[in-house]
Amino acid sequence: MALLETRDLTISFGGLMAVANVDLCLQQGELVGLIGPNGAGKTTIFNLLTGVYRPTRGEIIFNGRSLVGLKPYQITQRGIARTFQNIRLFGNLSVLDNIRIAYHWHSRYGILNAIFRLPSFHQGEAAILARSQELLRIFKLEPYQYEKAKNLPYGEQRRLEIARALAARPKLLLLDEPAAGMNPQETKELMTLINWIRQEFDLTILLIEHDMSLVMGICERIYVLDYGQVIAEGPPEDIRNNERVIEAYLGREVNGVAPQGGKS
Amino acid sequence: MRFSKKNLLSLAGAILIYFLVYWLQAAGVISAFQEINLMMVGINIILAVSLNLIVGFTGQLALGHAGFMAVGAYVSAILTTNLGQPFPVAILAGACTAAVAGIIIGLPTLRLRGDYLAIATLGFGEIIRGAANNINYIGGAAGMIGIPQLTNWTWLYLMMVLTILVIVNFLNSTHGRACVAIRENEIAAETMGINTTYYKVLAFAMGAFFAGIAGALYAHYFYLIQPATFTFFRSFDILVMVVFGGLGSITGSIIAAAAITIINAALQDLAVLRMVIYAVLLIVIMVFRPQGLMGTREFTLDRWVPKRGEASGSAGN
Repeated sequence: MALLETRDLTISFGGLMAVANVDLCLQQGELVGLIGPNGAGKTTIFNLLTGVYRPTRGEIIFNGRSLVGLKPYQITQRGIARTFQNIRLFGNLSVLDNIRIAYHWHSRYGILNAIFRLPSFHQGEAAILARSQELLRIFKLEPYQYEKAKNLPYGEQRRLEIARALAARPKLLLLDEPAAGMNPQETKELMTLINWIRQEFDLTILLIEHDMSLVMGICERIYVLDYGQVIAEGPPEDIRNNERVIEAYLGREVNGVAPQGGKS
Repeated sequence: MRFSKKNLLSLAGAILIYFLVYWLQAAGVISAFQEINLMMVGINIILAVSLNLIVGFTGQLALGHAGFMAVGAYVSAILTTNLGQPFPVAILAGACTAAVAGIIIGLPTLRLRGDYLAIATLGFGEIIRGAANNINYIGGAAGMIGIPQLTNWTWLYLMMVLTILVIVNFLNSTHGRACVAIRENEIAAETMGINTTYYKVLAFAMGAFFAGIAGALYAHYFYLIQPATFTFFRSFDILVMVVFGGLGSITGSIIAAAAITIINAALQDLAVLRMVIYAVLLIVIMVFRPQGLMGTREFTLDRWVPKRGEASGSAGN
């Protein structure tokens, strides 16, 4: 059974069909890319999957259950975490607190336990602290743990956002342009990191990216989106040679051969 | 409770202050005028700390704090004056009613953000005042008179310490961090699995609860409460204290509430000039310290006491 499946996923804003009839299917453990020109609807799909928008039509099945109509926090609790295209960290809080907040819904003690400082509070806090610091160690962010998140260098902020998403312990991780603003060296490191966390945390990953070296380098399968519709789907080498994809990105030659289209 | 060195020291300090003032009062060193201001300092600290939970930590700009205070004041006064209930019961009932009012107001209005929420809560405060003005049972515009004077230094201090302790402990937990996450970035907080509506309403209800306590203490110190006591100017005064002390700093709120109350009292003799000096003082401080006296930092004992284990930069007592 697929981990995530969308059927006929559609959302329109007024007369604009931002996403139309999209059928995605992600198997457990896959690393899938979602690409397309600017404005193709990639981030809108993420917003639909995470409950920020409610689809006009269609179904989202995650782990055998429908996600349509759930609030974002409920979807996170079902096991989907994400990062944002424009980084959304808790800027004025420490790096450690950013991670600790993501562990929030796993914490086991109630408000009265906190107010009266009962033993379960101390145990709960110790567990959150230990897990958070371990995660920071894995992401090599430990030296920064008491720094304000907004004072981190850009690359570290991106890493922190991924770490924070993982702290929510998702089954499916959605990465929205994780390599944006990174230099080639950083992108390379990011690719290694993504591959590594996927195995280490037993994740399924769907990522949006414009950096083709990253997409072609690590994705097993790619969906190409244009004007809200899936125009191609398949392994990287097929996508690279797909004429509709080339046309979507580069336009059509005036005297060129008419595109034959179709999915590869 | 864990008895670390720091906690023991705070406890010792709290007890010391209590007995110091108690002794000064018994020895007759504190004049009647000073006593009134001492009580106002305590009440304002409770109000400022509880409003800071809503505005400074959870990031919801609410301007109806005087309304919650009024609910606490009237409910507790009715219980003691008209129904002959003991003071602790009246305080608790006043606080709980205020908290319920907080939930009722919070559920629909907390969907609003920023200025819209401010206006909605402002309206709530005025509705409470308008209602009090028109209910004959509680004296209408003339207010309630003859409330027994039950608030003394012991009650005030106890309630003040309770307020600070509960709110600080709440904030230094995963629940408090959830509130701060909402202030920092609501969308990210929701995406991290935090039920933002729940925590916003919770912060609102807790803030209202302690404002209700402050109202009960106020009513039982001054014998008399009138709707005119709880105008939006009072909400605004409390907000000034919170901003002045630093949005997101409990110790800042405590210092600012005490300082502003005392400055106001000290300038009392200057009549009209008082408001001018007060305004200039606020402007000067806001120009030179726009983040408030403490910013989001806290004054803690960590600097003098070697810390053990935990090392978070958040609220401490």
